[in-house]
Amino acid sequence: MSTIRLLVGTKKGAFILTSDGRRKQWTVDGPHFGGWEIYHLKGSPADPDRIYASQTSSWFGQVIQRSDDGGRTWNPPGTKPEDLMGPDGMPKGESNMFLYDTSEKTGQPLTTHQHYDGTQRPWEFKRVWHLEPSLTDPDTVYAGVEDAAIFKSTDGGKTWKELAGLRSAKGQLWQPGAGGMCLHTILLNTGQPDRMFVAISAAGSFRSDDAGQTWRPTNKGLTSKYELPDPDADVGHCVHCIAMHPSRQNTLFMQKHWDVLRSDNGGESWQEISGDLPSDFGFPIAVHAHEPNTIYVVPIKSDSEHYPPEGKLRVYRSKVGGNEWEALTKGRADERLASTRLLREHPARCDGGRSTRPLRHLLRYHRRAGLWFC
Amino acid sequence: MARVILPQHLRTLARVNGEVTLSIAGPVTVDSVLDTLEGQYPMLRGTIRDHTTKRRRPFIRFFACEQDVSHEPTDTPLPTAVASGAEPLLIVGAMAGG
Repeated sequence: MSTIRLLVGTKKGAFILTSDGRRKQWTVDGPHFGGWEIYHLKGSPADPDRIYASQTSSWFGQVIQRSDDGGRTWNPPGTKPEDLMGPDGMPKGESNMFLYDTSEKTGQPLTTHQHYDGTQRPWEFKRVWHLEPSLTDPDTVYAGVEDAAIFKSTDGGKTWKELAGLRSAKGQLWQPGAGGMCLHTILLNTGQPDRMFVAISAAGSFRSDDAGQTWRPTNKGLTSKYELPDPDADVGHCVHCIAMHPSRQNTLFMQKHWDVLRSDNGGESWQEISGDLPSDFGFPIAVHAHEPNTIYVVPIKSDSEHYPPEGKLRVYRSKVGGNEWEALTKGRADERLASTRLLREHPARCDGGRSTRPLRHLLRYHRRAGLWFC
Repeated sequence: MARVILPQHLRTLARVNGEVTLSIAGPVTVDSVLDTLEGQYPMLRGTIRDHTTKRRRPFIRFFACEQDVSHEPTDTPLPTAVASGAEPLLIVGAMAGG
């Protein structure tokens, strides 16, 4: 029987849950990095023993951690003396350092983004929201950061270089949302290795067809009435999450601030599929691991009332790619749980590899150490 | 020999128990203490001060001989008792939030 590994990031540390294919009994290992906020951790599809974690703290800043043994031990990559010293004995680079590209060749001319008051502000690194390991190389990993940008490491997280072309996609018009101007989703696909998608809160979704060198907005069909001066603008839409099934490289699903949407042409255009959801506001969206037309969302009442409709936490599933939804209630931990905080994440992340099956349906409960699986 | 007491999370990150002792060449200042500390424990780079600007992170404070020296110029010599190792330099995570 296959085994399952679930990587869980919380505000109090990281946990690794394992189970067999029946998923009835779980072993919980952790907390790792107790007391540190874990924004994301993800295993390499090319080597399941390689796990990257984004550990962050208002006090001590950003730390990238890496495990090479499935989470038994962790180390910040690039902090050994030999990692930090060049052949001339001078420092050559540092882990956890995310410097925006301001070079003449690739980082110009963009140096600022829009702030809440309409003024331009310089880009300022705050934290890593998302780590996306390469599908084929354990040492290559992408990082989505706040203020929104994408970085790439090809040495296992020791050093990072920005793919600055993303900020050229009208970055001067991006501005932070309430959750910060964060790049929270990165999608890769084995079928089209040069194609990448990212999503940024209060900026939108973007696509690259040249392995991240150049990017363009992919937000046609998104409408943000009352939220943007031009509700159909190219950028500025508050995309909360996008998802894609590996077998359908042109089909994307999106949970926007309001609205659930679908694209069947690689993000060239989007159509709303909110259908009969009780609310189409929400944060996560996920695609079933084996059924590419089965998708999941977690409706939230509204942008001003961040709790589930009727105070009942429910995952909604569509088996037909949207518009027709059903509430999943079997095994729910506590129907009265009104105060629920959800990760700005997929309900689950696929954590592929030899010994793991793709994972599904993780919710994090606020003020309650309970997990619920469907 | 200067002594430094780190906050718990940074002790965990650096994998040290108790205080850290450092051999510092030249004047003992916040700069020289942190330069030596980060050289000896590279994983602490960026956690106490910014990687590039070297400015103290906002929620970090420095105490020497029960005095808050966080706002002193970082090249100011620390008290003799700290320089001699009689007293430690405390690096403290500030009380912030709830």
